[in-house]
Amino acid sequence: MENIFFIVFRRMRAPLLSLIGAYAVAVLGLVLIPGQDAAGNPWHMDFFHAFYFVSYTATTIGFGEIPYPLTDAQRLWVVLTLYLSVVVWVYAIGTLVALFQDTTFKMAVTERRFARRIRRMAQRFYLICGYGETGGALVQALTDRDQSAVVVEIRPERVSHLRLENLRQHVPALCGDAGRPLHLLEAGLKHPKCAGVAALTNLNEVNLKIAITAKLLHGDTPVICRADSHDVEANMASFGTDYIIDPFDTFAAHLAMAFQTPGLHLLHEWLTRLPGEDLPEPVNPPRDGLWLVCGYGRFGKAVHQRLVAQGMETRVIEATPESTGVPEVGCVVGRGTEGKTLREAEIERAVGLVAGTDNDVNNLSMVMTAQDLNPALFLVLRQNLKDNRPIIDAVKADMVMHPPTIIADKIRVLLATPLLHELEQLAAYQPNSWACELLSRVTALVTTRVPAVWEVAVDAQGAYAIAEVLAGGGRVLLSHVLTDPLERTKPLAALALLLVRPGERVLVPEEDTALRPGDRILFCGRHHVRDRMAWTLQNCSSLSYILTGAHRPQGHVWRWLSPGRRSQAG
Amino acid sequence: MNPEKVVFGFFIVLALTLNFGFFVGEMDNPAHHHVYELFAVVIVNLIATVLKFGDRTQMGAVLLATSLVAVLQLLVAAVVWTLAVHASDDGMTPTAMASIVSLSGGAMLANVVSVVLLVIETVMLKR
Repeated sequence: MENIFFIVFRRMRAPLLSLIGAYAVAVLGLVLIPGQDAAGNPWHMDFFHAFYFVSYTATTIGFGEIPYPLTDAQRLWVVLTLYLSVVVWVYAIGTLVALFQDTTFKMAVTERRFARRIRRMAQRFYLICGYGETGGALVQALTDRDQSAVVVEIRPERVSHLRLENLRQHVPALCGDAGRPLHLLEAGLKHPKCAGVAALTNLNEVNLKIAITAKLLHGDTPVICRADSHDVEANMASFGTDYIIDPFDTFAAHLAMAFQTPGLHLLHEWLTRLPGEDLPEPVNPPRDGLWLVCGYGRFGKAVHQRLVAQGMETRVIEATPESTGVPEVGCVVGRGTEGKTLREAEIERAVGLVAGTDNDVNNLSMVMTAQDLNPALFLVLRQNLKDNRPIIDAVKADMVMHPPTIIADKIRVLLATPLLHELEQLAAYQPNSWACELLSRVTALVTTRVPAVWEVAVDAQGAYAIAEVLAGGGRVLLSHVLTDPLERTKPLAALALLLVRPGERVLVPEEDTALRPGDRILFCGRHHVRDRMAWTLQNCSSLSYILTGAHRPQGHVWRWLSPGRRSQAG
Repeated sequence: MNPEKVVFGFFIVLALTLNFGFFVGEMDNPAHHHVYELFAVVIVNLIATVLKFGDRTQMGAVLLATSLVAVLQLLVAAVVWTLAVHASDDGMTPTAMASIVSLSGGAMLANVVSVVLLVIETVMLKR
């Protein structure tokens, strides 16, 4: 912005005017006051010498009385102007220094630097509004997977927190109100590389405004919003917000999935974790028996509803039933942190406990007391603050649910691999056995490490070589893509999970499926396989080697020299 | 009445009048062009330029540009004068004087543009 330019000049106006004035007075005086040359003849200093003299005295350099020693009248004048000019200099420099330390000026400089950085973004990036727990987890998840993010956050301390965070990518952050369209534009809302907007601030109204702004100014980008109430959700949906995420519902749905189809839950865990980590162990929450839900806030309600829908027997433990309300049956009043309340809720015959209050210390205390009373309990622990991770890990609960991480993962999947989201939606209609079979196929590929998940679009950008062959009337099968481009007899350690084409969505497509232009395919496999596959997708001679087994001549001369292959190459 | 406008108007018109005063006379006759006048023109023009610093209006930007042109021409004229008197063996020659005066003539043209713009702005404000 040209703001800085104007701020500097506006502020420097007075000091510069006083400098010009002081110099003019001093120079004019020296020219007017008569002096003497070496021989004692009357002599007037000319403008050149006067300016020279004033310049070196005003800057306190002081070469002496040049070219001739001054007369007393001149000396008197010099004394006056010397003090005047030095004071004016100090004033000018002081103003400049004060200007550089001015908060307005500093903010203008930071904003300018930020805007320039955004303008130069060459990689696709996601605009994250709000850097709270969820925003932080999302930025972490995106950067861990080499994707770029830009953050707009209103609280300066959170912005400095982001700068201290050890992320794999530089994340430009603007300290400003995301509710103001100006700030969103500065953060690159209209940038051609802006691939999505996530509104994750704590205020529903701000999220709403971000969603509207994004939809109006850059209609094609997906917008994901966090909403805590169903009212706001309906409002956001009314103008086409792409995804609205309610943290509590998301969380409860996640838990319900673990009950209903543990295989699917495990598949979800495997495909969304960080590639290269150890594969998470399966969890098997007991489905028959009494479940205790401690805390009946928005979270407890969502979980309770899901448990009841599964036909499970539940008890709710709530300390302040008058403010939260309670279900008609099976409620115990108390904090759940002491043995008495837990025994009252019949913990001895319970099979599972959900410690779901919004206070980590209470949750921990609850879990530890419950473990004493009934060591066989299946424990689901809600973690509220990211910093409490070490103590949460120490109690070894069977499932730890950190809502911000879950939401962040969900948003990351929506933004970066939308096909994975479609896969999960389709998989929800599949039986658990289907998930288990897929799990064993994934294990065969990657053994003990979390697989990488990536999307391929069959078009000129995503798969140039294949698009060329298809455009020339050739035929490429899925099995060709899954072949090692270095040795065509070997398969790649990857698996196609989903194929999407207009009017068709194929779960785990067969290897002999013929590809068509415009297909989008979701793969999972070892991390390095992705780079290997890129050869087949983008390099015409790699693809032709896989298709025909022969190396195609590269240059025009060689192609011309091998007449038998000319037709095929052309 | 805007005091800022009065001050700026004063300096820009003064710059033009002084400039004119320096410019008139025989082109190459040093007796017709006094160094004090050139000094005054330079100082007044500098002040008029600085007064337009940080003005965000379109008119302010154009006035800053014309003032910068005038200052540039006048400073070159001053340097030519200094070189002619102090750095050349011949001293002030009619050739040097002619180039100084023509430079100041260019500066005067820029100052005329400034004043015309100022008048236009004033007229538009009145309406």
